[in-house]
Amino acid sequence: MSDIPEDLKYTKDHEWIKTEEDGLFTVGITDHAQEALGDLVFIELPEVESNLPSGQTCSVVESVKAASDVYIPLSGKIVEVNNLLSDSPELVNQDPYGDGWLFRLKASSSVELDDMLDSDSYAELLDEG
Amino acid sequence: MDKINKTYLYSQHQKLGAKMLNFGGWHMPLVYSSQIEEHHSVRNNSGIFDVSHMGIIDLIGDRTNDFLRLLLANDVKKLDKLNKDFLALYSCMLNLDGGIIDDLIVYRLSKDRYRLVLNASRFDRDLQWIKQNIFDDIEIVLRNDLSMLAIQGPEAEVHLGGYFNINDRLHSLRKFNAFELDEVFIARTGYTGEDGFEIMIPNENAQKVWTDLNNYGVKSCGLGSRDTLRLEAGLNLYGQEMDETVNPFESALAWTLDFSSERNFLGKKALQSSSNSVVKRKLVGAILEGQGVLRNGYTVYTDKGEGEITSGSFSPTMSRSIGFARVPSDAEGKCKVSIRNNKRDIVLVKPPFVRNGKIIIDRN
Repeated sequence: MSDIPEDLKYTKDHEWIKTEEDGLFTVGITDHAQEALGDLVFIELPEVESNLPSGQTCSVVESVKAASDVYIPLSGKIVEVNNLLSDSPELVNQDPYGDGWLFRLKASSSVELDDMLDSDSYAELLDEG
Repeated sequence: MDKINKTYLYSQHQKLGAKMLNFGGWHMPLVYSSQIEEHHSVRNNSGIFDVSHMGIIDLIGDRTNDFLRLLLANDVKKLDKLNKDFLALYSCMLNLDGGIIDDLIVYRLSKDRYRLVLNASRFDRDLQWIKQNIFDDIEIVLRNDLSMLAIQGPEAEVHLGGYFNINDRLHSLRKFNAFELDEVFIARTGYTGEDGFEIMIPNENAQKVWTDLNNYGVKSCGLGSRDTLRLEAGLNLYGQEMDETVNPFESALAWTLDFSSERNFLGKKALQSSSNSVVKRKLVGAILEGQGVLRNGYTVYTDKGEGEITSGSFSPTMSRSIGFARVPSDAEGKCKVSIRNNKRDIVLVKPPFVRNGKIIIDRN
């Protein structure tokens, strides 16, 4: 049902990670996650320049009905956040893999990327419900 | 016991692609497409909600009026007025400590026949309490044969009137009045802060009425938008603002208590003995300054002591977060709320926030 692009990596927490050409990683929440949360009304983004270990809560997405933590998937430094979301959180609903990206990070090492799910594994995770 | 109930509109909701949730032991639609769009359609046009999970019972017998004057904290004597329509009354049903067992609407159908509409999550407890106190010559009839739909919004009258071909009749129906037309019970009541109707119809007609009203332009709306609408309208939700440990004074429901006669009602003694000493807390509205969303359970810090957010959400009409807070009785104005360990500013206000499509309170 939900859209799962093949060129991205995924976490069990329904985040996606895209490897950019400049070696940075862009992170967002998946189509499934935005669908499950419903209309997003507020997004708290991480502070640029903060250094965080993987798995740490760094952002919060709030819909009308619930708040959900977003974890930094790879240890590293936040280099950019999507400031458009402060006025237009609905971009995450409308385009979760595009204009609705949350932040970009510079990973301390690329090793952790190997632990991420590929699109097939993420699809399986969703099937298991 | 633990089986989840389905309304007669269950397959309809699925066909319409609703996201479902378990609410009070019932499979109910949370949202069909966008909760915010559904909310706006009720404020600006019209929407239809399945509220068949609510319990409908009729009480029949010569002494029903006497019994209800004992059972309910508001006085059904107010319904005795001569009127061509049935009259409705909002009331709490209290335990002997004055705690709220349920909040309900009671209709007077005739001298010896009354109808109660009860919360789904409280239905078993309500019935148990009613049976425990009822007079032997009063009959309780469960109206499982009826489905209940709420058609709400400024265009509700036009669409419902057009559909049943009763425009004039509906136009002259006053708020909190009801009538029966063939097998359809129509009341000008609701839970959204907009004009609207709640109708009770035989189960077998529910799907057709729903589809037909959709075709008239009445949008399907789920319980998600029902919640943000009632929050903006300043209306309590059982389980959030009310339970058996709080009394009506602490729930902004003093106006529903009728002490005007010598009448005894269940819970009255406790309220009278303690009304001066026990009412240490009050329920008020809260508006969050800046971004973020208030949620149930967040701690509120006032200069008179701590309180708690009982309901909180995002107000689609005001584009900011609002909620209800139970706080010390003398707290007012600006105070703080803890959101994920950050202290944030809120302002305590007197609800409603929004009525009939217009923002009544706002703070910038």
